[in-house]
Amino acid sequence: MAVVSMTVNGKQVSAETEDRTLLVYFLREQLRLTGTHIGCDTSQCGACVVHVDGKAVKSCTMFAVQAEGSQVATIEGLAKDGKLHPVQEAFRDNHGLQCGFCTPGMIMTAVDMIRRNGAMDRETIRHELEGNICRCTGYVNIVSAIEDASKRMTAGEKAA
Amino acid sequence: MITYPFNYKRAKSVADAEALLKTSPEAKLLAGGQTLIAAMKMRLAQPSDLIDISGIKELNYIRVTGDAVVIGAATTHYEVASSKEVAKAIPALAHLASVIGDPAVRHKGTVGGSVANNDPAADYPAAVLGLGATIKTSRRAIAADDFFQGMFTTALEDGEIITEISFPVPAKAAYKKFANPASRYAMTGAFVAKLKDGGIRVAITGAAPCVFRVPAMEAALAKTFTPDAVAKIAVDASNLNSDIHGSAEYRANLVTVMTKRAVADAA
Repeated sequence: MAVVSMTVNGKQVSAETEDRTLLVYFLREQLRLTGTHIGCDTSQCGACVVHVDGKAVKSCTMFAVQAEGSQVATIEGLAKDGKLHPVQEAFRDNHGLQCGFCTPGMIMTAVDMIRRNGAMDRETIRHELEGNICRCTGYVNIVSAIEDASKRMTAGEKAA
Repeated sequence: MITYPFNYKRAKSVADAEALLKTSPEAKLLAGGQTLIAAMKMRLAQPSDLIDISGIKELNYIRVTGDAVVIGAATTHYEVASSKEVAKAIPALAHLASVIGDPAVRHKGTVGGSVANNDPAADYPAAVLGLGATIKTSRRAIAADDFFQGMFTTALEDGEIITEISFPVPAKAAYKKFANPASRYAMTGAFVAKLKDGGIRVAITGAAPCVFRVPAMEAALAKTFTPDAVAKIAVDASNLNSDIHGSAEYRANLVTVMTKRAVADAA
């Protein structure tokens, strides 16, 4: 057991945990941030995607101790002051979810790909979504939501 | 899924990692962890200690000279795939890094980890063997032709750490893989290179228990570097992998098809 410290959604957190605790369990069970989901638990489905030091990673394939001293962002940290993040807004507007289980991972992956690529066409978005699986198979609207968000966010940047 | 218990240690330098490895015979290095952690969760691996080398700065760099692209072992697939210098010097290498797994896996997985693990369906071994790269370790330099010895088996000794890989800049090269639609691992991947000295190398991953070269195709391409030159050359299916995703005969056919495509892409 060791005390692991990191910054999660801008807040400094410390908790005692086993070295073998996966980051996703640390977030869900010790910090009670259950927005990050466990789907396949084999790093294929992407339900557990969070950002560590600004990069999307699968939190089921990383130990919490590896994130010691890191900046971690989860779905709970996206909305600011009661206002949805533009990607969350776009998922709502485009009906980018059905059951919603894959949605936190889809949105965290979307935020990451928009940060890297800016506005994207649908084919690029589909390739970028290789590591995220939606068992409702609602990909068309997920792609639409991300396309919409990527345009809104880059337009916002240009305006600003 | 929960792994067996282990002790986590963060190495500050390569020398530190070597010393930490010596503290237990069952200690293992942890770089990106994208294969090791999955194996540990399935309880296929039970290291006593994990020595994390991912944060070692002296292992994270990309240096491009006129003759070579030199990549530190802890450099991630994302860093290689998005490097403008790599894309300019060896576009096939940047492309190969960009088709490993998915974006989140590429943010963690490292070139040193992939090469040390030598998974039969991993992408990097094809580039290392296909370009005739040199693997530099904490002890020596190893030529690609001597490095890959069999399934998950390499020339690395106990406690030896890969520090960098030096890829010679070829005259032309290309990598084409037929990816498993679910895992993105190579069902078969072909790396074809024409080196600056005129030498031709064809390296195949995913098809057999270990990455391998195809001398008959290399000889044919040395005469004429065209897809047609390899179109009628088949590899022996009896040494290839059969599994639920495809038979050995299917993979043998893929070897020829993917090599043709790689030659077309490179030419």
